[in-house]
Amino acid sequence: MIETKGLRKSFRARKGTVEAVRGVDLTVRDGEIFGFLGPNGAGKTTTLRMLATLIVPDGGDALIAGADLRRSPGEVRRRIGYVAQGGSTWDTVTAREELVLQARFYGIAKSTARARAAAAIDAFQLSEFADRKCQTYSGGQRRRVDIALGVIHQPRVVFLDEPTTGLDPQSRAHMWDEVRRLREEGMTVFITTHYLEEADALCDRIAIMDYGQIVAEGTPDELKREVAGDVVTVGVNGAAPKAEGLLGGEGYVRKLESSDGGLRLYVDEGATAIPQILRTLDGAGVALASIELHRPSLDDVFLTKTGRSLRES
Amino acid sequence: MKLAKDTWLIFQRQMMLVLRNPVWLIVGIIQPLYYLFLFGPLFKGALQLPSAAAYQLFVPGILVQLAIFGTFFVGFALISELRAGVIERSRVTPVSRLALLLGRSLRDVVTLMVQAAIITVLSVPFGLTAELTSVLLAFAVLALIALMLSALSYGVALKLRSEDALAPLLNTIGIPILLLSGILLPMNHAPAWLKDVSEWNPFSWAVDATRALFAGNPGDPSVWKALTILAALTVVCVGWAARSFAKSVR
Repeated sequence: MIETKGLRKSFRARKGTVEAVRGVDLTVRDGEIFGFLGPNGAGKTTTLRMLATLIVPDGGDALIAGADLRRSPGEVRRRIGYVAQGGSTWDTVTAREELVLQARFYGIAKSTARARAAAAIDAFQLSEFADRKCQTYSGGQRRRVDIALGVIHQPRVVFLDEPTTGLDPQSRAHMWDEVRRLREEGMTVFITTHYLEEADALCDRIAIMDYGQIVAEGTPDELKREVAGDVVTVGVNGAAPKAEGLLGGEGYVRKLESSDGGLRLYVDEGATAIPQILRTLDGAGVALASIELHRPSLDDVFLTKTGRSLRES
Repeated sequence: MKLAKDTWLIFQRQMMLVLRNPVWLIVGIIQPLYYLFLFGPLFKGALQLPSAAAYQLFVPGILVQLAIFGTFFVGFALISELRAGVIERSRVTPVSRLALLLGRSLRDVVTLMVQAAIITVLSVPFGLTAELTSVLLAFAVLALIALMLSALSYGVALKLRSEDALAPLLNTIGIPILLLSGILLPMNHAPAWLKDVSEWNPFSWAVDATRALFAGNPGDPSVWKALTILAALTVVCVGWAARSFAKSVR
């Protein structure tokens, strides 16, 4: 659905040029929720704005929903939706008026545009406030209107730039449901976020960006496994040397460390390793005091790939 | 065709916003009325002219002033729209870039025409007389000024993107344009050097032309000269602003 090659963009700043995006290669598949993760200033928004035809890349190519970004940006515009981070509504008009206008920007006839607006108001549950002026909306309501505006022309791909930033937990959960609903309707959703939990819970696949480059790409599980695997901590009450001897030779154990009173085992998949560990220890008569599974987070992935924690940056 | 359709779409939207909050439309009418009531009698007395002659000189001046100051500051509204994300929302759609500008400028021209018509009618009791065809030509001059300056204002606003930068710039340009156009007093009262400088001010030509038209001399050379100069400048300003709209800045 989206295929980019060597996408680059630099900006002139007071102190020389800033290379915001330095060669991005991405593949986004049809019908997936693709998460674009990275700290503020990593180049996520710049990449997104290039893909949405708002800024012209310095170099590289991209194919979006079958249209060439460099050669036919007009065609790209027809096939994509874009929802900016900072909102997009005007205070003194209503959501319904905005929806009709936005549909008409795409050349949709007036009566059809009205019907589309009404359908969007239903689908995004805006009816309660759709005929009030936008200045009266809460942050969450505003964001829902922004998304409804972004997909009023039923695009094949929609770009959402940090759609949940600044929302309370309830509105965020609501937003996740909306994003999943868009995918169910057949849309490909490209979403940027700097929330690890969001990328983990919502996205089918993610790419991690840092200093203008992609440092990792894959499903959240793949990325975590690639980095560290799962860690199983076993408490064996002083029988550590014996347990170490028993488990050290097992094929599924990648690495083994002794920690105070127990062992840390690095395994590919904790869920299947735990029964095996239990069986081995039980069979040899080692009494098990505790067993704990630690799954690496996307923050661990980020830490390994960039040398710092996303939460700190 | 698409350009016309999109321009009409933007125009309708902008017009709706004006009608929903007509404060600025009304302020635009009240300000020239102040000049008409509070400065007109002074003007008449200072130049020692009979009423009709005085207002034939004075009203064209305040109409041109209205055209300049009513449209030169429209860029401020665009900066608000940029900040709200409305412009970006239109730029990701296939809507014509030129229409984004023309629809807004057309709104500015239409509101100016309404304001100017009201001022003209209200000047009649003071003794203003003029022929309809000449007045229509004078309004064409005003429309060109409005189109040119609103496009220029939008173009500059797109570049600066900040009210704090836009206000001083527009004032710095606007005030000398006003003073060098003979709007408040005819330039033939000026010393030679000031008159020479004002010859370079296209709005000085516009004021001369509007005065000639209200005086019933549509054949005066200042009329075709003003129309030509203003039309050329309008094409330049609209072309430049349209390019700014199309090109992405940041």
